[in-house]
Amino acid sequence: MKFLTATFLTALLAFISGLFLPWWGIAITSLLVAVLVHQKAGKAFLAGMLGVFLLWAGLAWWIDMKNNGVLSKKVAAVLPLGGNALLLILLTGIVGGLVAGFAAMSGSFLRATDK
Amino acid sequence: MRIIPFAISTIVTAGLVFAFNRPLGPLPMPLGKFISPQHGLWQNAEPSGQRFDGDLSFPELKGKAEVYLDERLVPHVFAENDEDLYFIQGYLHAKFRLFQMDLQTKAAEGRASEIAGKKAINFDKEQRRLGMVYAAENAMKEVDKDPQSKAMFDAYTNGVNAYISSLKASEIPIEYKLLDITPEKWTNIRTALLLKMMAKMLSSGTENDLANTNAKSVFIPDELKMMYPQVPDSLEPIVPKGTTFEKPGIVPIKPETADSLYFGKKETVTAHEISKPDINNGSNNWVVAGSKTQSGSPILCNDPHLELSLPSIWYEMQLRTPTSNVYGVSLPGSPFVIIGFNDSIAWGVTNAQRDVKDYYEIKFKDKTKEEYWFNGKWEKTTRKVETINVKGGKDVLDTVAYTVFGPVMFDESFSNDLSNKRNLAVRWVAHDASNEAVTFYKLNRAKNYDDYAAAISTFECPGQNFVFASKGGDIAIWQQGRFPARWDRQGLYIMPGEDSSYMWQGFIPQTENPHSKNPERGFLESANQRPVDSTYPYFIPGSYVTARGITIERKLAAMSGITPTDMMQLQNNYFNTTAEDVRSILLSYVKEPGLTTSEKKYLDLVKNWDLMGSPDSKGQTIYQCWMDSLMMGIWQDDLTRTKPISPWPSEQTTMELLKKDTAMKFIDDITTPEKETLYDVVTTALKKASVGLAKDEAAGKLEWTKFKNPTVYHLIKDLKGFARPGLKVGGAGNIVNAVTHSHGPSWRMIVQLSTPTEAYGVYPGGQSGNPGSKYYDDFLNNWVEGKYNKLWFMRDGDRTDKNVKWVMKFSKI
Repeated sequence: MKFLTATFLTALLAFISGLFLPWWGIAITSLLVAVLVHQKAGKAFLAGMLGVFLLWAGLAWWIDMKNNGVLSKKVAAVLPLGGNALLLILLTGIVGGLVAGFAAMSGSFLRATDK
Repeated sequence: MRIIPFAISTIVTAGLVFAFNRPLGPLPMPLGKFISPQHGLWQNAEPSGQRFDGDLSFPELKGKAEVYLDERLVPHVFAENDEDLYFIQGYLHAKFRLFQMDLQTKAAEGRASEIAGKKAINFDKEQRRLGMVYAAENAMKEVDKDPQSKAMFDAYTNGVNAYISSLKASEIPIEYKLLDITPEKWTNIRTALLLKMMAKMLSSGTENDLANTNAKSVFIPDELKMMYPQVPDSLEPIVPKGTTFEKPGIVPIKPETADSLYFGKKETVTAHEISKPDINNGSNNWVVAGSKTQSGSPILCNDPHLELSLPSIWYEMQLRTPTSNVYGVSLPGSPFVIIGFNDSIAWGVTNAQRDVKDYYEIKFKDKTKEEYWFNGKWEKTTRKVETINVKGGKDVLDTVAYTVFGPVMFDESFSNDLSNKRNLAVRWVAHDASNEAVTFYKLNRAKNYDDYAAAISTFECPGQNFVFASKGGDIAIWQQGRFPARWDRQGLYIMPGEDSSYMWQGFIPQTENPHSKNPERGFLESANQRPVDSTYPYFIPGSYVTARGITIERKLAAMSGITPTDMMQLQNNYFNTTAEDVRSILLSYVKEPGLTTSEKKYLDLVKNWDLMGSPDSKGQTIYQCWMDSLMMGIWQDDLTRTKPISPWPSEQTTMELLKKDTAMKFIDDITTPEKETLYDVVTTALKKASVGLAKDEAAGKLEWTKFKNPTVYHLIKDLKGFARPGLKVGGAGNIVNAVTHSHGPSWRMIVQLSTPTEAYGVYPGGQSGNPGSKYYDDFLNNWVEGKYNKLWFMRDGDRTDKNVKWVMKFSKI
């Protein structure tokens, strides 16, 4: 339950940050969520990663669908992704997810008590 | 808190943010910002159901205006006055084409290095040394003198900037995100720079003075006349043959020293231009009178040939006020419609191809370039220190000296090798103060022949063939520009610049520019050929193209009861007129007995070819390779007598020389002891071409369209993903449908001046510059197939018509 809450909150706050902050706002919000909803480092990483991965990949997928894939295949040919739009959507999720995951891990360690 | 693990994961996080916030690898954009769905590329993915309605208000507007967008995203602007009209035109250009305007004017100004880095430094130096900014500044002086022009420029600039100011960072065009730069505010001089970019494109590459100077160092005058003739034998001039010309108003005098200091000088020059405009920059236009059409009304046609790009150079629109109403294509970066029609007339342009740029050799006193020898004393130069900002590098400083002729383009610090430090100043008509924009303001409002003639009479550079038709039934063409009156062969080569005797002595009076109105034959055409036959009383060098004019002339002469559909077919015609003559020479002189099976096969394909450069044609591919190989066989040994190489004679010239004399002297390969004949070179050419052709055939590339791979690139050629390669379209530079690998008809327009006006048009792109929009390239397939969009000339009563898809309302705050 905690894991799902953390994942959901990470995604929600990341979305709100995207409206006001630069792209790296997700690092701050993910860290914050991991502090508020405390889990062990590994789980926090996964929740942070998953939260933003789902948000970013999901948004990209949704936008791509409404766009009929007009842009994604072109950009996937400019980036070295062989014109594969799905890879671009995955890469979108992974870039956001990695940053959020590590930020969440920091948040977890920040609140963890020394053994 | 667990300090060490916290520190490690925080460092990793910060490291990732840092890495994703700066360029990764060769691509300039930060990956994090670029890929974030709320900031980066995904924000440019326009939903397919995107609506373009809006209510917008700006303090600069005087009244109300509406923009009606049709299903092709063509805006029909209805404004109450001119200022509001051009404010909105600027706004729309920026909304749909901001990146291209910004990039093109930066490049024109010599600021490409700010975007592209080190590799563009020499390009930038050349733009500045050619005096592009100097030319634009001079043009602005004229614009500022005319309150009406200035008001239109101001309104346009305000409109562009109103849009830029409204942009959020996430909304900027994707190219900015890829390059990690931001849009720059518009200014009036950027409009002038854009027009000078066109001037360079069309009137800077039409001379070949530097290479000609090399040719002059080894070839005797008779040879030069053979290789680079002024009047081709097969010329069909723009002004119909048999037209008599007035006595010249100015007769320039050849300097007494010309034989020794000019013609007789045998020095070569190593300087060359880096970004010389494409020789294929040409166009077709023609007009047929009502006597030759089915409807009884004139039909006007135009297809300007330029480097094709996405976004396209053109943006289609209708501009209407209570006193004017015009439809056509505009150039993002400039107000007005450039090619189009209004309620009363239609007009189109092709390039005049005239040489309006010369070089003068300057003698500086010393390396400071502060003084130069002129008319017997040391004169002061004006020195301009150019600062080029280089992305990822230090600023580059470059000093350009300005003389009485113009800027010294080449000197020891630019484009010259150490053994040959010639200082060359450039004299170019584009430098002279003039207001070309006002011509379009007036043409947009012209009602008849007199209005048209008055509108174009002040147009100076680049020289254009303005074709015209009116609802009143008149047809006309003027080759308009400011053209120097030259003595025989003046300015074909670098001229002495130590005194005033070689300067231009004046200009051909405007009224003596080649023109024709309502000729008896009922049609007029121009296709970049020499405008007049040899009876014209001036020496007018240029880089003319003869073949397309012949094809069009023959077709139009034979036609009657013409409809717009006939004109569409002619614009898309694939007949290769040059090949018609060349093939008979090739077939008469090829020695068949010694040919291999595959050579014989290629020969047969040429024999049975229908002379059409159509997409599937194998004959066209083989013919062209054979011809290219023949050109090498005939000319290379001769041209490489100079270093750098002398200019290539044209295919047209080569064909005409061979038709006249099948034993002409250049056939012989001077590097061999044997005396080659036409039989030898034609046969060897086929054998050599066959080697490459066999490879192409093995790769499945023998069909013409596969061989030349027609492609419309993005303005930034490296962005291959934004390009459209492999277009199945035929044609060639000397064919009416002049599509080459990446160059060709950038807009095809047909206007029948009936009531109501019936107009058709298409360009290889789309109204939106956004690669993430379905309107980015939605006209392209039609263009490839030779199909047209019907141009909807919206009337006042059409505001609720079903063609209106979206409405943008503009008002004063």
